[in-house]
Amino acid sequence: MPKIKLPTKSPRIDMTPMVDTFAVILTFLMLTATMRQDEPANVETPFSISEKPTPDFNTMTFLISPEGKVFMNMDNGHDTLLKFRPRILDEMGKRYGLEFTDKERREFEKFPSSMGVPIMQMKQFLAGKNSKERDPFQLGIPTDSLDNQLAMWILCARQVNPNIQASIKGDSKTPFPAVKEVLDNLQDKKINRFMLVTSLEAAEINLDEIKQ
Amino acid sequence: MAEIIQEEKSKGGKKKAKKHPPHIDMTPMVDLMCLLITFFMLTTAFAKAKVMDIVLPEKIDTPDEQRSMVAESRNVNIILGPDDRIFWYPGAVKPEEYNNNIFPPLVELDYSATGVRQLLLDKNATLAKNIKEFQNKVLKGELILTQDSVAGSIKKLKADDDTGPFVQIKAYKESTYGNFVDILDEMNICGIGRYMFVDITWYEEKMVEIATGKAVVASAN
Repeated sequence: MPKIKLPTKSPRIDMTPMVDTFAVILTFLMLTATMRQDEPANVETPFSISEKPTPDFNTMTFLISPEGKVFMNMDNGHDTLLKFRPRILDEMGKRYGLEFTDKERREFEKFPSSMGVPIMQMKQFLAGKNSKERDPFQLGIPTDSLDNQLAMWILCARQVNPNIQASIKGDSKTPFPAVKEVLDNLQDKKINRFMLVTSLEAAEINLDEIKQ
Repeated sequence: MAEIIQEEKSKGGKKKAKKHPPHIDMTPMVDLMCLLITFFMLTTAFAKAKVMDIVLPEKIDTPDEQRSMVAESRNVNIILGPDDRIFWYPGAVKPEEYNNNIFPPLVELDYSATGVRQLLLDKNATLAKNIKEFQNKVLKGELILTQDSVAGSIKKLKADDDTGPFVQIKAYKESTYGNFVDILDEMNICGIGRYMFVDITWYEEKMVEIATGKAVVASAN
């Protein structure tokens, strides 16, 4: 019987398929990754036990900074196929006597994070090329009773997209009256159901903790 | 990399037709990719924020007589105070009391598990026990239900309950949004069936000011 000769060379493993697989997974993860948007105000959300994820569509988010400034975002970032954002801007323009050009509407559509620009400065804001030129206009949406633009934004957003839901994103240090102002504005428009954006935290109670 | 360079040097610059295709050591590349994948997997999984649903009572000006009345003994008033302080008082303040400057004292709590949670659990013992037992049954597999019907059953338990407290949450003007979320979260943790967020009244503001020492107790005469 002939002997089976074992190869003396150290075996080499061909890693190419493995690298290919990794590359595919990596590309997939990089493309699906939701990058953190640069928000106009730094907000640390409070914690809760809720496990419901944030909806991606049909949502308007009100960002309330610790200083009490209000910013608004539709569909949390880039526009969806239904192009709600330029239509909301048009509706706003109609009410304040402003006509927006196609370029401005596109800029508004593309704007990735929350905006809090008084409507009269919207044109200058949209003309800005980068965040450095734009940030000075991010003063927060006026909410006082003389010039309640927040109420208008809510009205226009609901006219354009009747299914829109309101969520509120505030910092744990935001004074409550600022939040109350936004809640009141929403309730005036008959929105009584809100989503509060929070971070997840675990809390558990046990049976023996409950005294009978 | 180092391997490839060494191999090239040993050939001494002679041009020779290669017999085998050169082997590239891919281990460092694989290592790097592994790291990147781990990084992306970990960061993307936690990036998504969570939301908590809340329904506020509709703003309707109903006359006081038409409002449904709850037994005063079941009433729990929680007031979010300044500087992350929190107070409560049971029942309600009667008009003849606040009109004569008599305010019931507030009891101070805190946001820890032994503070407001303990109070709510004590008040809500029956319902909290029922919910917990139900959840345990689901976890142990004694009941096999879909996630939706679990949530529905808990909702039904809450609606059928008639022993738990009726919690009214009120926010003093110096409280923060964090306090508000914390207290709503406590409602969810303790499984409170009936709670609502209402505007603070002037006499409750006064009670907070007395409790925090910002206002002196007016002598009742």
